[in-house]
Amino acid sequence: MDRSNTIEVHELVREFKKGPRAVDGIDLYVGPGEIYGFLGPNGAGKSTTVLMLTTLLPPTSGTARVAGHDVVSEGPEVRLQIGAALQEAALDPLLTGREHLRLQAALQALPRGERQSRATELLERVGLTQAADRKVRGYSGGMKRRLDLALALVHRPRVLFLDEPTTGLDVQSRTALWDEVRRLAREDGVTVFLTTQYLEEADVLADRVGIIDHGRIVAEGTPAALKAEIGRPTLEAVPAVAADRDRVAALLTRFGELVPSSRGVAVRIDAGEAGLVDVVRALDGEHLRVENLQLHSPSLDDVFLAKTGRSLEGGDDEPESDG
Amino acid sequence: MNVTFDQVGLLARRSVVRTWRQPGSSIAPLLFPLLLLAVNSGGLRSETRLPGFPTHSFFAFALAVPFIQGALFATMNAGTDLARDVQTGFLNRLALTPLRSAALLAGQLGGVVALGLIQACVYLAVGLIVGVRPASGVGGVCVLLVFAALIALAFGSVGAWAALRTGSAESVQSLFPVMFVFLFISSMNIPRNLMGTTWFRDAATANPVSYLLECVRSLIITGWDGEALGLGFAIVFAIGIVAIALAAYALPRRLAR
Repeated sequence: MDRSNTIEVHELVREFKKGPRAVDGIDLYVGPGEIYGFLGPNGAGKSTTVLMLTTLLPPTSGTARVAGHDVVSEGPEVRLQIGAALQEAALDPLLTGREHLRLQAALQALPRGERQSRATELLERVGLTQAADRKVRGYSGGMKRRLDLALALVHRPRVLFLDEPTTGLDVQSRTALWDEVRRLAREDGVTVFLTTQYLEEADVLADRVGIIDHGRIVAEGTPAALKAEIGRPTLEAVPAVAADRDRVAALLTRFGELVPSSRGVAVRIDAGEAGLVDVVRALDGEHLRVENLQLHSPSLDDVFLAKTGRSLEGGDDEPESDG
Repeated sequence: MNVTFDQVGLLARRSVVRTWRQPGSSIAPLLFPLLLLAVNSGGLRSETRLPGFPTHSFFAFALAVPFIQGALFATMNAGTDLARDVQTGFLNRLALTPLRSAALLAGQLGGVVALGLIQACVYLAVGLIVGVRPASGVGGVCVLLVFAALIALAFGSVGAWAALRTGSAESVQSLFPVMFVFLFISSMNIPRNLMGTTWFRDAATANPVSYLLECVRSLIITGWDGEALGLGFAIVFAIGIVAIALAAYALPRRLAR
C-alpha cells in the first residue's frame, strides 16, 4: 500500500504534568488526498494531536505514522513530507512576505534557482503579490493566515496540517482559504488534516470528520453519515416561564426521546418534521407558552450533542490543559 | 554541507536585518557605550596623573569598555530576539524544517557576531579619530576584531541560552542589570593595581570581565602582552564553550521535536 501521504494513528496518548490526558488513546486513519476535519471544543486535544503528528511534541504512548514514517523515530523524514500552519500564524513581524518565503525555501533546501520563482508563485496563489514586499507587521489577520499557508506549501508537502486555520478570519478570507484547501486536495492530491471548532467548516470542507472531546474521539465518519446516524430532526422548546420547564419536558416526551439541550427542552421527534404541528397544538392545549421553538435538521452539533451531552456551538469552552 | 552553510548564512542575515529594522535596538548598543566613554574620559581624566597609570590618555584606557558594553547589549538583543521567536511560534516554524539544531543556533549567533564586529569597527574608528593609535599595530587591530567577535559570540550564547531556557523576552531583559553589575565591579575605570579599596580590588580580580577588558586594553595601550591576551582569550573561550553547550542543550528541549 502506498503510504506516502497517509496518516495512521494508533492508541496515541499525551499526558502533561499536573494535568489530565490531553489526548487519551486516539486511533485514526486519513487516506491519500483526503480532507480530514478534526472537530472539537477548545481544550479537547486537537492542537496537542497536531503537535504530536508534526513531530513537535513527543507522544506519551501509542504510535503515529505520517507519510509512512514514525513521528518519534523518523522525525526528520516526517518533516520533509509535511507542511503545517499552526494555530498562531508563526511569522516574523520585521520580515516581508517575500523574505519569509525565500527563507523558508532555503531552510527546506529548495535549489537556489527555484526559490525566487516558488516564492512568486505562492504569493500569487494566496493573493499577496501586492503586499509581498511589505513587512508582515502591517498585514491583516487574513493576510497573515494566507502567508502562513503559503509557507507551509513551499516544499510541496504531501501531507498538510492546518490547526484552526480560519479562526478570526472574515467570511471572505475564510471562503478563499477553503477554496485553496479544496484545490490542494483535489488537484495536487495533498492529504489535509484540519482542526476546527467551526461546524460549518468541517461540514463543507471535510471528506470525513473526527469529533474529539476530552482527548477521545467520540464519533468519526463522513458528515452525511454522522448526521444520518442521528436521523430524526430535533425540536427544541425554550419555555417562556422557567418554572414550566418540567411540564414542557413531560409534554414533549409524548412525541419522542428527550435529548440534552443547553437552552431549554429538546426532543428527537419520532414523526419527523410532520410532528411539529402536533407539538404546537399540544403546547397550546396545555396553555404552555414558549419563548422559542426551533426545528433542527441534524447537524454536526447534534452529533456532538448526542455523543457528549453538550453542545459545541455556544457551549462553554473546556479549560486548556495543554499549555 | 553547502546547503547547511547557506541556511546558517540566511538565518544570520535575518538576525542582522531584524536588528537593522529596529533602530531602537541597533542604535542603543552603538551610542550608549560611546556616550559613557565620552562622560568617563572627561570626568576621570585626572586618573592619568596617578603614579603607575599605564597611559597618558584616559580615552585610550577607557576605549576597552565599549567593546565589552556593546557585547552586553548584543547579548540582550540576541536573547530577546530568540525569546520573541519562541513566543511568536517562529521557532516552531524553523523546527518544522529539516534544519539541524546546531545550524539553527549557529545562524542565530552568526547574526550576533556580525553585529558585534560592526560595533567594534565603529568603536575603533571613533578611537582613531580621537587620536588613539593601538600600540599593537595593524596586527593588534585584527586580533582585537577577532576578540570582539568572540566576546559577542560568548555573550550572545548566554543570551540565547536564557531565551531558550525561559522562552520569555522579559526574562532575558532582566539579565541585563545583572550583567551590568559585572561590568561595574571590574577594572573598567581604574587598573586593578591602583584600586585602593581592598574588597573592590578582590571583587574585580575575581570578576572575569576585568580580564576581558584588560585583554582589549593591552592591545590598545601596551602592545603585545602575552599574559593579558592569554587570560582574555581563555576566559572568552570558557564563557563561550559553556554558554554554547548550555544553549545547544536547551534548544532541542525548546524545539521539543
